[in-house]
Amino acid sequence: MTWVSVCPEGEIDPEDVIRFDHGGRTYAVYRSAAGEPFATDGLCTHEKVHLSDGLVMDDTIECPKHNGRFNYRTGAPLRAPVCVALATYPARINDGQIEVDL
Amino acid sequence: MTMTDTPFVPRDYSLTGPENARAVAAGLASAEWYHSDVPRKVMKDLMQRTDGPAIRDTILWLGLLVVSGAGGVLTWGTWWAVPFFLVYGVLYGSACDSRWHECGHGTAFRTPWMNDVVYLIASFMVMRNPVSWRWSHARHHTDTIIVGRDPEIGHMRPPSLGMKALAFVGIPDIWLHFRILLRNAAGIITPDEADYLPESERGKAIFWARVFVAIHLAAVVWALVSWSILPLMLIGGPRIYGTWHMVMTGLLQHGGLAEDVLDHRLNSRTVYMNPISRWIYWNMNYHVEHHMFPMVPYHALPRLHAIIKNDLPVPDPSIPVAYAWMIRALWRQRHEPGYTMTPVLPPTARPFRAELHDHVPAREGVA
Ligand code: FES
Repeated sequence: MTWVSVCPEGEIDPEDVIRFDHGGRTYAVYRSAAGEPFATDGLCTHEKVHLSDGLVMDDTIECPKHNGRFNYRTGAPLRAPVCVALATYPARINDGQIEVDL
Repeated sequence: MTMTDTPFVPRDYSLTGPENARAVAAGLASAEWYHSDVPRKVMKDLMQRTDGPAIRDTILWLGLLVVSGAGGVLTWGTWWAVPFFLVYGVLYGSACDSRWHECGHGTAFRTPWMNDVVYLIASFMVMRNPVSWRWSHARHHTDTIIVGRDPEIGHMRPPSLGMKALAFVGIPDIWLHFRILLRNAAGIITPDEADYLPESERGKAIFWARVFVAIHLAAVVWALVSWSILPLMLIGGPRIYGTWHMVMTGLLQHGGLAEDVLDHRLNSRTVYMNPISRWIYWNMNYHVEHHMFPMVPYHALPRLHAIIKNDLPVPDPSIPVAYAWMIRALWRQRHEPGYTMTPVLPPTARPFRAELHDHVPAREGVA
């Protein structure tokens, strides 16, 4: 378990996503409408586009390039042209900080 | 608008020829494209999905289709049928394209099943395989007008103006797309289709091609049995007599503009249009904006345009003016296929990003 601090909780709006680069890799860190944190790989599995430019709706992240969708809680692909699941990572709020287990 | 003359090299527009490998080697495939700056909060607001506008437009669209179609049937055999079928034809044979397009992107409605249902209906009307065209259009957005990569290049050089004219009555389009449907219905996926259609989707593509072909065949049988063309006026025929509006607006999207660039301001065109054309076309007249930010729904494109227009080429003020410029360029491309229109940027815009293209080697010698 390596919990890595991402940012203060308030830096991500509810139902939004930011890009988080760490250890030479890029991740997407989300907050749901209820404020819970989630984390996935940062690049779309279709064509390696940053998901942090996409749209969070309910439990889904929509890729900004071709509107493919994933469930950001499970990483499951939901809409063509994405077919391959996203890797997900545990995330938590600890003392007002969002942390991700990478 | 200014025009530049670059040396012409004959191109192979297929996805399986040497141009594909050259585009990949040149860094033109899946490349980084220019984007105007839009603050994240503003973009989030523009991307928001809602069902309201598309439900309103779809009720109006289907309602007008039923009324005009019923009017055409009831007055069949009299001159009164003409205006009814003029309206029905455009609603079926032209508006289908924009509904297909927006619902294919999944941006028209917030509710996924609504996008999917309208997408299927519109795919049937426009005679496109609803599975493979989803993937082909994704490629068109990844590699817009990159030769050897984009399966939807409508203006191959040198242009054939005769074919463009025939397009207004749907002939080349039906010939192309119905043949694809027939081929898919026979279980065949071509190498070009295989280039963008994943293996896992091919069965679905074949299934829907069979359904679409069967419905069109049923209309033909109905016409033969009743010995009347009325069934074909209602099903399939509008892609001939009502497709002119889709072609009129569609040809403007990229016609006369650059190939092999990584800035949509150089290869796409925004045109101000009358409200009826914008409704039929679902605001795709804001075409630079759509390509730059495909996740913005059609109903938010006028707002996006207002926000970034100072960074975009000055839009053509009307369809006739846009045609005047485009035809001039296409006319010259008949003899000088390297001829390209370079849109004029307002002084407020960031310059076309030469560095995005600097690494692209010259493509001399491509056969
Ligand atoms: S790059 Fe994400 S859907 Fe294509």
